[in-house]
Amino acid sequence: MTDFALSCPLPLKGHSRILLGHGSGGALTHELIETVFAPAFDNPLLRQAHDGAVAAMPKGRLAVTTDSYVVQPLFFPGGDIGHLAVYGSVNDLAMCGARPLYLTAAFIIEEGFETATLIRIVASMKAAAAACGVSIITGDTKVVDKGKADGLFINTTGIGVLEHDMVVAPSSVAAGDVVLLSGDIGRHGIAVMAAREGLSFETPVESDAAPLADTVAALIKNGVALHCLRDLTRGGLATALVEISRSSGFDIHVREQDAQVVPVVRGVCEILGLDPWYVANEGRFIAVVPEKDAAAALAILRQGPGGDQAAAIGNVAAVRRERVVMENILGTFRVVEMLPGQLLPRIC
Amino acid sequence: MKFVDEFRNAKDVHTLSEAIKAKVTRPWKIMEICGGQTHAIVKFGLDTLLPQEVSLIHGPGCPVCVTPLESIDRAIAVAMEKDVIFCSFGDMVRVPGSSRDLLTAKAEGADVRIVYAPLDALKIAVDNPSKRVVFFSVGFETTAPATAMAVYQAREAGVRNFFLLAAHVLVPPAMRLILGSADNRIQGFLAAGHVCAVMGCTPYETIAREFNVPVVVTGFEPLDILRGIYLCVCQLEAGTCNVENEYARAVRLDGNILAQQMMAKVFKVIDRPWRGIGVIKQSGLGLADVYKDFDAERAFDVGGITAEESPACISGVVLQGIKRPHECPAFGLACTPQHPLGAPMVSSEGACAAYYQYRRGATV
Repeated sequence: MTDFALSCPLPLKGHSRILLGHGSGGALTHELIETVFAPAFDNPLLRQAHDGAVAAMPKGRLAVTTDSYVVQPLFFPGGDIGHLAVYGSVNDLAMCGARPLYLTAAFIIEEGFETATLIRIVASMKAAAAACGVSIITGDTKVVDKGKADGLFINTTGIGVLEHDMVVAPSSVAAGDVVLLSGDIGRHGIAVMAAREGLSFETPVESDAAPLADTVAALIKNGVALHCLRDLTRGGLATALVEISRSSGFDIHVREQDAQVVPVVRGVCEILGLDPWYVANEGRFIAVVPEKDAAAALAILRQGPGGDQAAAIGNVAAVRRERVVMENILGTFRVVEMLPGQLLPRIC
Repeated sequence: MKFVDEFRNAKDVHTLSEAIKAKVTRPWKIMEICGGQTHAIVKFGLDTLLPQEVSLIHGPGCPVCVTPLESIDRAIAVAMEKDVIFCSFGDMVRVPGSSRDLLTAKAEGADVRIVYAPLDALKIAVDNPSKRVVFFSVGFETTAPATAMAVYQAREAGVRNFFLLAAHVLVPPAMRLILGSADNRIQGFLAAGHVCAVMGCTPYETIAREFNVPVVVTGFEPLDILRGIYLCVCQLEAGTCNVENEYARAVRLDGNILAQQMMAKVFKVIDRPWRGIGVIKQSGLGLADVYKDFDAERAFDVGGITAEESPACISGVVLQGIKRPHECPAFGLACTPQHPLGAPMVSSEGACAAYYQYRRGATV
């Protein structure tokens, strides 16, 4: 790997801000690639410096996923857009039961974006990719006119391989399965909302952004029959459960008090009138596994990100009415629905 | 969490539920005024813990739901004007006007921003002197003092680019309308705790006496609501009609005097239309004459905009407690939170949204 001084404020020959020319495909684009992207993401496939990366076919089934990252603000307590762009696609591959191999990275940059900020974000992506053991093997850069984008958008596509025969999907969900949650919920959404709106709390909230592939690999390695995995992103835990219930056809029964919420997140949600079950996460997932494997799987989840708060939160019922039914702390029941539209704070 | 966990204690809740069952000898219909209470009741399934003799009727206390269609149309018209930054509480931006909501206006180019407090909107005005900043002030006596403070501070500081599109409403006139209706079925009220934290308990004394109804000032946690119902049932069974304060940890008899003084300084009581109900006399707050320069309806000349409700939406009778949300033919079919016909399906405090969110197809 080449020496890449992350502290260097102006590697672009005195260009402290990104210019339209950096996306023109000409000399400035090459300079941006060669001084910012290539040194950070360096690997043999990227070094081919071709129109695309050519890699050998791994043995097994391929998993492919794509996602775009538009988070505002770009930096928030516990992470930044660079972490999210890597973890997000890596986690989606993991949820397919795949081992993540490669990422592509496409940047849409607003004219005038600070070069030093771009370098900071690229460094985050480098560190996140290294933590996940994936290589960024091809990419693209576009620069749009000032005012036509909100600073920086990143798209990543992930490629992974399934080295087992399981079908990790809602279609494998069966009555009697146990629903496991990998950690406490709601921290990413609250951390970003606090950073965006300038809300401050006595206890700072850090995003839960984290890679999940190692935990999933450990589940597979230890012979847990994975019926379905789903990472909790926008829409939160409630939306993920409703999706699985609708896709599988089964009712899912969950217990509200078994999903852990740290006190500060609970407090903020109470004040703003939000339900933590609908708040976004970036490093949590649910695993639907047969009852016989549930204890072993939970023990593995406890070793993963946020794992000290991992818990079994419910079961797949034998009823096929596509509902998520929650038993709340009072022992009464309610139906859990998807988030309608945006998560909005209440008036009073 | 203090002030939350102890009011959601399952054991205490069930003890209270048994106490209500032991007290009841015949059917009673009780209205909870506030949409926040409605949501807590439906979310926690509190109605399922009550004896069948006790029916809860959901009241009109959802500020988003009662804001008339024409106010939303006026808001959108103002938001679409050049050099305007339009500030609103989050709930309001998804409420449909005649043809679209504020989020759609935003997608069409309007600068619509969600704020958490009226003073945030004033700060935006100070920070953007070349823009006209309009705050869409909705809500009951709970939100009115903070709005009044923003206008007061704007005038004191000589801020000339801050305007208020006022749609504030008051609770007691709505209670009088419901109680005075020939269709009225309500025998007791749970008054809205947060409104009373501002206004105190005294505004309800005359209502209780005049209409012979017990009024219990009630909070929003499960234990609060069940205690409110218990106290109300005790009064109904005993035949008394007093104002009681269940929510004493937040509500003083006289309320918040400073907040009342600020409201009295900035606002005057006016007739105001309520969505689905119509004009209720002396039921709203408009800017006092001294503050008329801050009135967006004058500054933007949108006072003439009027609008007609969708005939399919029965929100008026739902808001008066005459029908329940799922008795509406459009409920969950033509009208959903994604495509609402009326405001009660939009707001986090709307009765229709509560039933949709927590009750659709619910037989466990």
